[in-house]
Amino acid sequence: MNGVHDMGGMDGFGKVEPEPNEPTFHSEWEARVLAMVRAMGAAGAFNIDTSRFYREALPPDVYLTSSYYMKWLLGLEDLLIDKGYIAPSELAAGHASEPAKPLARGKFSLDDVERTMVRGQFGRAAPALAKFKPGDRVRAKNIHPATHTRLPRYARGHVGVVERDHGCQVFPDTAATDSGENPQWLYTVVFDATELWGADADPALKISIDAFEPYLEAA
Amino acid sequence: MISGMSEHDHHSDHDHSELSETELRVRALETVLAEKGYLDPAALDAIIQAFETKIGPHNGAQVVAKAWADPAFKVALLADATKAVSTLGYVSRVGDHLVAVENTPNRHNMVVCTLCSCYPWEMLGLPPVWYKAAPYRSRAVKDPRGVLADFGVTLPKETEIRVWDSTAETRFLVLPMRPLGTEGYSEQQLTELVTRDSMIGTGFPKAPRAPS
Repeated sequence: MNGVHDMGGMDGFGKVEPEPNEPTFHSEWEARVLAMVRAMGAAGAFNIDTSRFYREALPPDVYLTSSYYMKWLLGLEDLLIDKGYIAPSELAAGHASEPAKPLARGKFSLDDVERTMVRGQFGRAAPALAKFKPGDRVRAKNIHPATHTRLPRYARGHVGVVERDHGCQVFPDTAATDSGENPQWLYTVVFDATELWGADADPALKISIDAFEPYLEAA
Repeated sequence: MISGMSEHDHHSDHDHSELSETELRVRALETVLAEKGYLDPAALDAIIQAFETKIGPHNGAQVVAKAWADPAFKVALLADATKAVSTLGYVSRVGDHLVAVENTPNRHNMVVCTLCSCYPWEMLGLPPVWYKAAPYRSRAVKDPRGVLADFGVTLPKETEIRVWDSTAETRFLVLPMRPLGTEGYSEQQLTELVTRDSMIGTGFPKAPRAPS
């Protein structure tokens, strides 16, 4: 979706402000939110692409004015309500009152913590031969899916070169809407800054994205 | 509940007066999830403890120092970072799809996630606020030299800058250049020079201390 989350190349957000000796969390509630998202994901309530889609789908003004973990909280609430795990009345009351919905991997308990501290595996068997190989010139398609996609707007319509082949991986565009893993070849595609940003761009700058095969066409 | 209370009630409610609306909201969600049997709150405590103690830039710093000190490891790291890191028993396990990219005198690498906040957290811990915020995400792919200036970092105009936008599940770790004047340093001494920002590409490693 063409949301405000797709920020690459936008102007007006100001300077980057690093915080010296930044703590891991700025409040206890941020830590609880992070842990709840990881736990419910690991228990099978949703996949990582769905959780990203729910954060992107927050109203633009909310997205831009909420802190990072507030976006996580709002996205998590919406997701768990939509998927039938909790009811709005339960959130309002602060207590459960409806029957629980079974989780694909069951209750998240202490024994599950260690496996959540390693990232998931996204590589899958290839359903078809790769269309592209390193060195090929490719154009990022001019597509505008209304749901989740990982092709940033700034790359669409532009020509780059395939640099690396990462094998076949879960396709976020379908995984996010529970439409299946639909594995696709994934490539690092590198663009000259002048191709993306015009003739005045830094001639010594190159930008790469990781692009799934359905995002690309031969150029 | 809270929003329905009068101003007077709110001020006299000592149980809740220390908790913000956000804290109450988060507590309500956790209570519901626990009561429905979806999770054990003690497991949340354990996740938080792991992020606060086990997972952090010290992991990445050990990998970088090893690559500086051991040429064979550096070759292995650049060829397949997940595999190379997994051979080091003392670093936390990492998932698939980790890629190490090497800074050279001619090329500087910088990592961003313009779409959300993808970050090699097994190597670096949870990302800092600035990495997840709009200024960095919007500008890193268009004006990385301007971003670097915000960090007090300047590169020669002719140095190629390569920005890696983490748009899939690949995670990128920058292998910074080994600081000059560190000949004979042990891996441990080298580890202390590696900064988090040098592994994102928004900073350099620390300079070695001048001999006293």
